[in-house]
Amino acid sequence: MSGDKLVVQNLNAWYGKTHAVQDISLSFPDKKATAIIGPSGCGKSTFIRCLNRIHETQPKARSEGKVLLDGSDVYQADPTEIRRKIGMVFQRPNVFPTMSIYGNVAAGLKLHGGYSHDEIDTLVIESLKKAALWDEVKEKLDQSALQLSGGQQQRLCIARALAVQPEVLLMDEPASALDPISTARIEDLIFDLKNSVPVIIVTHNMQQAARVADRTAFLYLGKLVEVAPTRDLFERPTEKLTESYITGRFG
Amino acid sequence: MRPPKRIRRRAKSLVLLGLCAVAVLLMLVPLASILYECFLNGAGAITPAFFLKNPPPPCNPTAGTTCPVGGVQDAILGTLLLVGLASLIALPVGILGGIYLSEFQDRPLARPARFLADVMTGIPSIVIGVFVFGIFYFFAQEGWITTFSVISGYTGAVALAVIMIPVVARTCEEALRLVPVSLREASLALGIPRHRTILRIVLSSGRGGVITGALLAVARAGGETAPLLLTAGFTTGSIAGLSGWTPALPVLIYQFASAQYPNTTQLAWGAALILVLMMLLISVGARLALRNKFGGRSA
Repeated sequence: MSGDKLVVQNLNAWYGKTHAVQDISLSFPDKKATAIIGPSGCGKSTFIRCLNRIHETQPKARSEGKVLLDGSDVYQADPTEIRRKIGMVFQRPNVFPTMSIYGNVAAGLKLHGGYSHDEIDTLVIESLKKAALWDEVKEKLDQSALQLSGGQQQRLCIARALAVQPEVLLMDEPASALDPISTARIEDLIFDLKNSVPVIIVTHNMQQAARVADRTAFLYLGKLVEVAPTRDLFERPTEKLTESYITGRFG
Repeated sequence: MRPPKRIRRRAKSLVLLGLCAVAVLLMLVPLASILYECFLNGAGAITPAFFLKNPPPPCNPTAGTTCPVGGVQDAILGTLLLVGLASLIALPVGILGGIYLSEFQDRPLARPARFLADVMTGIPSIVIGVFVFGIFYFFAQEGWITTFSVISGYTGAVALAVIMIPVVARTCEEALRLVPVSLREASLALGIPRHRTILRIVLSSGRGGVITGALLAVARAGGETAPLLLTAGFTTGSIAGLSGWTPALPVLIYQFASAQYPNTTQLAWGAALILVLMMLLISVGARLALRNKFGGRSA
């Protein structure tokens, strides 16, 4: 497991009686982007929602198994501490509507406490630059985040997630609600980001997985079917199921 | 031959639009009429004395004499104190209750609490007055209350608070439920603890609805007459702190409107106007409070 930032062992997750994630073991190397693909309802979102323990915040949701971040079990730790180390970007941009652009990026730092004004300023600017949004918003940091376009809002959410300096970044179909140009910008961004934090991205768009990910995992009906370097998975899948999915025979 | 579809659709649309307009007018007529009547009859009573004096004894003017009109100073003060104290009790309890109902819906207590709150909003307010009077009477009998009488401003404020709490709790709950789950998740995913997520993200995103609900409850308490009769006292007299009988505008209006003396009738109209204006002020205050710092209106 050397070089693996995050290791998942025998993870199971349920919504009520629905067994959404079934005995998945998977590891994520540092400084790489891993894509998780699979048809709708295959458990890919639930799977990454277990990694930062946001899954369990929903009523009737539970999970079992081990998730090791740098070797220590996420499920034995304080969930707020884990969510801080493992950031998340959601499917639809969910900016805080009552806060300014600056306030959104600073929210995590401010509500955690322990940062000086200068530190917050520095981290906010740094995060906005990393999220490739700085040039568009630097003149209007105190304006409402809601006046940004959908693509800008999503990059603001990425900046917000980066501001608390996560060690892993989870992305749950981050571009599925965006137009092609915004999507391309997000993909470029992922390509840059993975050099500083490992990125785990759920997507139902196979081209997207092929473009941004070093490794790709294919999930079907809650189970892990295959995981391989992206090129191998798309060109020489070892499982029949993977092959029929990527060739579009179902899904 | 039937007229073409397009024309029929337009006709249907016009008829329904017309019906909506009529309904709106019907709704506005009582409001306009109340405001008009209150201004017409009450504006004359609003003099400096109205705010600085108390009601005179009832009097019928005879030839050569005039009756003093006086004012309703203590009833205004009484209403402000009663509603103020009731709000101090009811708003924190109601808002915290609303947070519980909305954010902890899976707890076993949430469902029965919501049901009880719904039942309570339906209880006639006179019954709540009797209930609170009964409780304070019992306390006094047991010797637990010694510093104020059973019929007092404190008792009245508690009765008003009991009316307000379920209203505040339920509207607060509904307002917070409108805050999308995705915002809660966004906050939790940043590693912000749940209590801060609720206080800083959920409550602030839903504050428009929470404030509206709170002011609705304040306005309702300000206009209540029945629960005060047995608790704050059936009085138009002067006020001596909240520990004794406490006059209030609605009770005064009720008493003076039925008293049939010219001077008290005039005071009743003036009091009605002031009460309506107070409620209007609260609504306007709510609108202003709802404006967020970005100029738009929050949910």
